[in-house]
Amino acid sequence: MSNRRFSSVIKLSLLSLVLAFTGNVAADPVRAAFVYIGPTGDHGWTFAHDQGAKYVKEKMGDDVVITTVESVEENSDSERVITSLARKNDIIFTTSFGYMNPTIKVAKRYPDVKFEHATGYIQADNVSTYSARFYEGRHVIGKMAGRMTKSNVIGYIASFPIPEVIRGINAAFLAARSVNPDVQVKVVWVYTWYDPGKEADAANALIAQGADILMQHTDSTAPITVAEEKGIYAFGQASNMREWGPNAQLTGIIDDWGPYYLDRVQAVKDGTWASQDTFDGVQQGMVKFAPLNNSMPVDVKNEAMKAIIDLSMGAIHPFTGPINKQDGSPWLAEGETPPNFPDLLTMDFYVEGIDSKYPN
Amino acid sequence: MNESLFINIIIGISIASVPLIFAAIGELLVERSGVLNLGVEGMMIVGALMGFVVQFHTGNSYLAVLAALFGGMAIASIFAFLTQYLLTNQVATGLALTLFGLGFSAFVGRGYTEETIQLITSIHIPVLSDIPFIGPLIFSFNPLVYVAFLMVYLVWWFLFKTKQGLILRAIGDNHDAAHAIGHNVVRYRVMAILFGGAMAGVGGAFLSLVQVPIWGEDMTAGRGWIALGLVVFASWQPFRIILGAILFGGITILQLHAQGFDIRISAQYLSMLPYLATIIILVSLRMRLKNKTNRTVPNCLGRIFHSTT
Amino acid sequence: MIKLIPRVENSKAMIILSPIIALTLTALSAFVIFIFILEDIKVSSVFFTLFAEPLIDPYYFSELLVKAAPLMIIGLGLSIGFRAGIWNIGAEGQYVIGGITGGAVGLYFYNVEGFWLLPLMALAGILGGMFYAGIAAFLRIRYQVNEILVTLMLTYVAVLFLSAMLQGPLRNPSGFNFPESRIFHDSAMLPIIWDGTRLHIGLLVAILLSILAWFGIKKHMFGMQIKISGSAPRAAKFAGFDDNKTVWYSLLISGGLAGLAGLFEAAGPAGQLTPGLPQFYGFTAIIVAFLARLHPIGILFSSLLIALSYVGGENVQIDYNLPSSITQIFQGMLLFYFLACDILIKYKVVLNKTKD
Repeated sequence: MSNRRFSSVIKLSLLSLVLAFTGNVAADPVRAAFVYIGPTGDHGWTFAHDQGAKYVKEKMGDDVVITTVESVEENSDSERVITSLARKNDIIFTTSFGYMNPTIKVAKRYPDVKFEHATGYIQADNVSTYSARFYEGRHVIGKMAGRMTKSNVIGYIASFPIPEVIRGINAAFLAARSVNPDVQVKVVWVYTWYDPGKEADAANALIAQGADILMQHTDSTAPITVAEEKGIYAFGQASNMREWGPNAQLTGIIDDWGPYYLDRVQAVKDGTWASQDTFDGVQQGMVKFAPLNNSMPVDVKNEAMKAIIDLSMGAIHPFTGPINKQDGSPWLAEGETPPNFPDLLTMDFYVEGIDSKYPN
Repeated sequence: MNESLFINIIIGISIASVPLIFAAIGELLVERSGVLNLGVEGMMIVGALMGFVVQFHTGNSYLAVLAALFGGMAIASIFAFLTQYLLTNQVATGLALTLFGLGFSAFVGRGYTEETIQLITSIHIPVLSDIPFIGPLIFSFNPLVYVAFLMVYLVWWFLFKTKQGLILRAIGDNHDAAHAIGHNVVRYRVMAILFGGAMAGVGGAFLSLVQVPIWGEDMTAGRGWIALGLVVFASWQPFRIILGAILFGGITILQLHAQGFDIRISAQYLSMLPYLATIIILVSLRMRLKNKTNRTVPNCLGRIFHSTT
Repeated sequence: MIKLIPRVENSKAMIILSPIIALTLTALSAFVIFIFILEDIKVSSVFFTLFAEPLIDPYYFSELLVKAAPLMIIGLGLSIGFRAGIWNIGAEGQYVIGGITGGAVGLYFYNVEGFWLLPLMALAGILGGMFYAGIAAFLRIRYQVNEILVTLMLTYVAVLFLSAMLQGPLRNPSGFNFPESRIFHDSAMLPIIWDGTRLHIGLLVAILLSILAWFGIKKHMFGMQIKISGSAPRAAKFAGFDDNKTVWYSLLISGGLAGLAGLFEAAGPAGQLTPGLPQFYGFTAIIVAFLARLHPIGILFSSLLIALSYVGGENVQIDYNLPSSITQIFQGMLLFYFLACDILIKYKVVLNKTKD
């Protein structure tokens, strides 16, 4: 070998060694994808998930590439969307229950891709599930509602009679009753997650029937705009809806998915991702609250703050016995709290004291 | 049932029925001229969007309603051009209009889903609105509600009290004969179609400007199709539109109230009532008409007019 | 002044050309729209994703076929009625009912295996759709109530009924109370004809049906009956054709086929009954039928075209972050242009420079 050639080889080898040690060779970014059921403009459920995705991008910068797909219907088409994403991404978050079967099917065909299914109950080697203890949020707003109502009627706009929604109604009612023994909750089922017109109609109907505080388990800002117009109180759902109800919103339950999403995406990057089932609440920071409305009396605010602090320390559980079911049969004994499964995750009954008849 | 609940229900029903009244009265005129425009849903949603966008940018409600009116007309003009000048099949063209309208409004509106606007508020007439019970019930509605009733009256007056209305009805019943007499069939129909578009647009705007101050794609949620049904339900008679719209809007609202009152029927079956009621009433109307010889269906409804000159 | 002069006989050239002109105009309009809304993305790559990729990539091609199958089946049924002037606008409702009845049979026998289950489910789906459309036929014949209205209203009822069924009798008992049915077991699932994809036997059924329909319309008396009834009802009566029979046949056939498509969807790509069963196939099939000029073989092609726009449109949505409404706009435009260009077959377009 000639001298010149030999020295180039040496230089090249030295260069590679240096690069290898300094790690200046950029690693491929993690590719994360999010499937949304609605538009990010709903300022509710999907908006909150999108905020979580944005949080991941903010924290990881160029180490992550994020793809989002909005308004994916919960039908057999979603399987194709998830497959398209699986072909190009390392981890996929499917943010609605109705994607369960498609997620499992695609996960089988793409064992190297990680899947995170929100509010589902089936896991696999490469499928995790995650949900938030929204009912803890309902506990706090239930107390506020119980104190702030004058007509003693809480109007509840509910979407579908699934366990998550039932948990919310029960938790809110129990909390309200604990501070106001005369309070009642009236529930109207709109059988949709997002339909501003229908949600507004339901809100108006509830107000006409005497409700002076509204709660919702639907995704649009319609109910809170109705509350603002009619001069009554309401609560933001999944995000801070103050802009739509500056006077009406007492607080909002905020779904904070960011830290969880960051954790999972980082795990994929580090190679430490493992299938798990997450059901976090205030304590883990997944459920947060919008700033409390100053128009509330100091003692109401303090009571709410105390509840939030208790929850964040794991000191209380919104479902603590003695609690009976609506038909009078016992559910929780004194001081007893329910296990996740089956009590919470398959909840299909109202608690005792709720006047409304359980749907269907 | 206490007084304020009753008033609330009446107001709720009126709000639910007004978009239907606008869309249906417009389509009634169109069908009286012999044209079937299935694109009502598309025209309504475009009107809802236009109204919302203009209200958002200008804060001027009058401009917003006008924008909705012209938006509906503009998109209806596509239908008019295709069916009256290019002689296309009306059913297919109407469906294409609905599809296009839904897609177009969703597309243009996607930047507005996070915004909110000032609602058009109800009026308050100094003395009349304060009369107990009657005041809030009759004199305190949203201005568009009164406009809706006015339009019904105007359409009735036009169809049955003017010469042009008579000609239009004649065209709807026998376009060949009308053409032979010398009337411009195409011109009357185009005018009717544009009017229908304008009305549908305003009906859609009522949703985004009065009912809820936000925009969402598909917010018309099938009301355009209901309006089509209302025209048939009303046997193409203007004042019956009001009856049908109140019936339909009423059942929709009452179903929600029934839940609040804890009526023991599942919400899905209650929600079916408006649609089933429409069919049942149609059947009962037909049963009464069966013995008469005069039919109220415009004879030429849906048939393509071929001018031979 | 543009004048339309009727041709002596339909231009054969235009029968082939007019759809091509319509497609070209749609593509041009798409091009213009893309230029406006895409700032830094190459329009040509969007076009590729929209029109070419679903044809080249095997997975997307299989999905295209999966989506085309129900459109073909429903479109065929509808075209029979449309030829006779019977406007079944509620095929979506019949599709849902067929999915429910067929799916319910499969769920009832959820722990039984056997080759007989699928044909039984298909039969149940067909009968369900037929029954549902039959309501409209009955009301039309007995009370002269327009079938457009009845079938449309019944569509809303069907969707609500599905929701009620999933909340109640058809709900999966071990499904955490979510409104979904059990996942169909093996005997209740359609056989896959392309390994590794979701392409099922429904496509073969669709192709078979269109060939049958073609023969039926060409050769059989029934076809002639429908052809004539549509174009001249009074003449049809004179020739002894029974108008009522036509109404029954049209609605029962279109309803039955829609119901079959519903069962195929439930037992195929979906694999269970969920609130997401209705996917507007019933309405899209109307467009498919018109684009094909109600011709059975044409329906094969127009279904593929519309399915292409769905699959391609979805990929454009994912890859370029464009809204899903883009697909709707193009479908609407395609139909507009197609209907407009149709006139070139019957009329000659003449530009008059001088006034008469």
